[in-house]
Amino acid sequence: MNHWIIAPVVLPALLAPLLAFVMRHDIVLARVASMTGAVLLAGIAIGLAMLEAGGGTQVYFLGDWPAPFGIVLVLDRLSAVMLLLTALLSLVVLWHAIATGWDNRGRHFHALFQFQLMGINGAFLTGDAFNLFVFFEVLLIASYGLMIHSGGRARMRAGLQYVVMNLAGSTLFLFALGTLYATTGTLNIADLAVTVREMSPDDVALVRVAAVLLLVVFAIKAALFPVQFWLPGTYANAPAPVAALFAIMTKVGAYSIIRIYTIVFGPDVTATQGVVTDWVMPAAVITVIAGAFGVLGAKKLMPMLAFSVVGSMGTLMIAVAAFTPYAMSTALYYLLHSTFSAAALFLLADLVVAQRGNDTLTAQPPVAQNGLLAALFFAAAIGMTGMPPLSGFLGKLMVMDGVRDQSWMALAWAVILLGSLVTIVGFARAGSVIFWKSTAQTVSEDALPSKATPLQLVPTMLALGLLAALSLFAGPVAGYLEETATQLFDASEYINAVLTPTMEGLK
Amino acid sequence: MEALVASAIGVLTAGGVYMILRMRAFPVIIGVSLLSYAVNVFLFSTGRLAVNAPPILQKYADVPYSDPLPQALVLTAIVISFGMTAVLVMIALGAYLEADHDRINIREGEDDGDLPSDEKGQDA
Repeated sequence: MNHWIIAPVVLPALLAPLLAFVMRHDIVLARVASMTGAVLLAGIAIGLAMLEAGGGTQVYFLGDWPAPFGIVLVLDRLSAVMLLLTALLSLVVLWHAIATGWDNRGRHFHALFQFQLMGINGAFLTGDAFNLFVFFEVLLIASYGLMIHSGGRARMRAGLQYVVMNLAGSTLFLFALGTLYATTGTLNIADLAVTVREMSPDDVALVRVAAVLLLVVFAIKAALFPVQFWLPGTYANAPAPVAALFAIMTKVGAYSIIRIYTIVFGPDVTATQGVVTDWVMPAAVITVIAGAFGVLGAKKLMPMLAFSVVGSMGTLMIAVAAFTPYAMSTALYYLLHSTFSAAALFLLADLVVAQRGNDTLTAQPPVAQNGLLAALFFAAAIGMTGMPPLSGFLGKLMVMDGVRDQSWMALAWAVILLGSLVTIVGFARAGSVIFWKSTAQTVSEDALPSKATPLQLVPTMLALGLLAALSLFAGPVAGYLEETATQLFDASEYINAVLTPTMEGLK
Repeated sequence: MEALVASAIGVLTAGGVYMILRMRAFPVIIGVSLLSYAVNVFLFSTGRLAVNAPPILQKYADVPYSDPLPQALVLTAIVISFGMTAVLVMIALGAYLEADHDRINIREGEDDGDLPSDEKGQDA
């Protein structure tokens, strides 16, 4: 049993209380500790990803209780990829928060940040459906604190909506888990997978109900239509670094859909046949459209970026809806891309807003570093809208290739391509209003706000660099993800890894 | 007993959903609490309803017992929903103090400046 598997949960869990109670008055100490934690986490995540590159699902039995009686953490390729993604994103975001001083505009930023990482890592690692709920709550309660970090009227009220929405979602999650437990008698994911496959066809109605309820819960997290409406208000009003970190939160929903609907309710399960394709495909298509129109119609920069996140979640879920191993691997590639591109945009927008004073899309005097920020915005917008050479282009191309064999391929292609076009128009308009129209305005030299320091620019460039790297190393990355998807659709490997030690112990 | 518990869950859920759709923060908090009571009772009943059956296996006698796992799940759910309600109350209070009213909807353009005073607190 490899004890490193639990490290991504334990490390932030230990660090966060220290940050909250011991280092609460010393921001420098808190920054050093938080950054050290994030670097260590990245190291652990890289180690685990390399461990998983060798193949094979690794299981961590807490307290060495055999599954399904005890709690398990499961590390497979998907978990390893998601952990690595979280660690890299958190490094970039934390750097930005420290360099811009966002972390010092309210209390307990670093403690909440670490708790958030603990919840996200736990959700990616857990092999137990109820613990998935618990880790969801951990990451949510930390996100409530981060969402209203540094306060302000609009932020508090948007935060209230966000909290109410997620509390309702959590209640639904519990209803779904209760239904699942009542029909199967277990909540361990591997054991659930076995039980659901062995069920007689007469008992499957309630399982199907639970599956659809769970889908709704995860769709809320993943911001799928018709439950996507919480996202724009939340992301637009959250502090920018927090919005950048939240780029991974929607992916937690996508991850949960991928995990539960491949391992437990896989394509070979008759009880839930077609649930994903029937429900997710139309929802994803409308999500893309909603995101694209939102981008076009937004009057402010932050809401526009939030809508582009909605659109990218739609594209991601279209690939998931195809529900084949190849399409799943393209979905995962697009997931990596959309996380970094959303983060890059939000971090950049923070720099722009800091120099401009507001994020309204009207002609205003130019920002201090008009040329540099415009170039960065151009690059980030290329990434998000999906034009070459960044990974958005490859990602969308792969997604479209992934759904090529589906009966609804024409619809998916049309929506993705037209959605991209509308998004490009929206971003082009925003960029030209902010950076070009401003140069026509006269401005006195002394009115210029302070420039962003190189330290503040690095995180944005780093996020863009990651997009470029994702594009440069698309071959190896896609190869790893294809093996990940194959592993996902072969549920027996997961089941064996979790349950076989128990069977052997009983002999 | 099944009918009683089932209808209790139904009534609590219906009340919770109704309250959560109100436009003010306080009824919404009550609604979330009602929903969490409903789900706690629901989770408890997933282990089948049994009277006079402790969640303990008896090695020496064949006595009825109930499933202990839902009880543990309910405990976890109660703790979490209690904490979440506390957080919700604090955030609602903060939003109320910041905005001077507890309306839950955000109007277009409202965050740019104060509403005219005669618009405050009209829709209940």
